Amino acid sequence: MATIVGAVTTSHVPSIGGAIARHQEGSDYWKPFFDGFDAIHAWLREAKPDVAVVIYNDHGLNFFLDKMPTFAVGAAGEYRNADEGWGIPVLPPFPGDPALSWHIIETLVAREFDPVTCQEMLVDHAFTLPMKLLYPDVEAWPVKSVPICINTVQHPLPSAARCYRLGQAIGDAIRAWPGDARVLVVGTGGLSHQLDGKRAGHINKDFDLKFMESLTEDPEWATRFTNRELIAEVGTQGIELLMWLAARGTLGPRARRLHSNYHIPISNTAGGTMLLAA
Amino acid sequence: MSAAATPEIPGTVLFDGRMAMRGYPLNRMCFSFNEAANRTAFLADEDAYCAKYGLTPEQREAVRHRNVLELLAAGGNVYYLAKFAGILGLDVQDLGAQQTGMSKDAFKDKLQAAGR
Repeated sequence: MATIVGAVTTSHVPSIGGAIARHQEGSDYWKPFFDGFDAIHAWLREAKPDVAVVIYNDHGLNFFLDKMPTFAVGAAGEYRNADEGWGIPVLPPFPGDPALSWHIIETLVAREFDPVTCQEMLVDHAFTLPMKLLYPDVEAWPVKSVPICINTVQHPLPSAARCYRLGQAIGDAIRAWPGDARVLVVGTGGLSHQLDGKRAGHINKDFDLKFMESLTEDPEWATRFTNRELIAEVGTQGIELLMWLAARGTLGPRARRLHSNYHIPISNTAGGTMLLAA
Repeated sequence: MSAAATPEIPGTVLFDGRMAMRGYPLNRMCFSFNEAANRTAFLADEDAYCAKYGLTPEQREAVRHRNVLELLAAGGNVYYLAKFAGILGLDVQDLGAQQTGMSKDAFKDKLQAAGR
C-alpha cells in the first residue's frame, strides 16, 4: 500500500512568484521566508515522494461564481497554470496521476464528501508556488500530482471540522492505494491575513502560533471554531488555514513537527511553513 | 443562528450569496481579465467594456473611481478585483493602504509591526 511520507503546509501569496522571478529569495525582505524551505529540501531528498496531493484554494483562475464547488478533485493527466491577470510567470505543466485521483474520488464519495471531479483543471498560484518552493531548481517536476481544491471565495465555506474530516478521508484513501507510492501531502494558504475591507492588513501572530502548535498537540483544536470565529481571529483570507487542517487530517491522530517557520510579513500576510510526519 | 443575531466582524463583509448575486456582473468582468486581450480591450475602451458586462450604475461608478471599498460594497470579490488592480499596476499593499486611508509606507509599517 502507498505511504504518506509527510505533509508540508505553506503560505502561497502571489508575490512569492514575483520574488522567485526576480531572484530575490536572498533579499532582506524575503530571506526569512525562503530560508524556511532549506530543511524541507533536505528532507525531500531523503523522503523521495513520487506523488503530491495538493490541497489548495483557487482564486478565480479555474473556477468562477457561475459554478463554485465546495470541494473539487482534479482527475487529469496534466494540469496547466495560466495567466492570472497580474503578471507572475506561468509555470510549466504538472503531470497528474489520474488513477490515484479516481481512487481518492471514490473514497471521498463513499465517505459522503461528493466532490466535483475535473478532467480539465487550471491550477493557480496556490498550487504552483508551493510546488516551486518545494522544488526550486528542477527541470521537470519530480512528482505527479493530485490537486484538491476547497472553496474559500464564496461563503458559506465548509467548516474547519469538515475540512479536517475531509483530510482524514483523503489520508485513508492514500493508505489504501495499492502499490508502493510515496505520497507527499501539501496544504497551502494562510496564515493570518485580510486583503479586503477597512480591516485590511489584519494579522494575528498569537493565534497563528497557537494554531501551528495545535497541529501536533491538539490537531482538532481549530475545528471547534466556526468559520466566522476563525475569520474574526485570522482575517478573511486567513481562513485558508482550512487547507492546513485538511492536510493535517491526512496524517492520522498523531503527528510530529519536523520543521516549522513563521515570519511577518510577506506581502500582506503572516508567512507560515510546517513539515509534519505521522 | 439567524443573520441578525450573528456578531459583526469590524471592517469586514463576508462575500456570501447576497454579495455574490449583487456583484455578479462586476466579478464576471474582472474574471475576464485573466486574459491579456481582455485587459487590453478594457484599457482601450473602458465604457464599452463595462457595458458589455452589464455593470450596474453603482458598479460602473466604483470602477470609474478605482475605489476598493466602493467596489466591495457593489458586490466585488477581492479575488476578482485583484485582477482589475493588476491592470492598474496596483498591488495588495496599495489596496490595503487605500482601504484603510493610510499611506502605503504607513500600511507596510503596520504589517511589519504585527510581527513584533
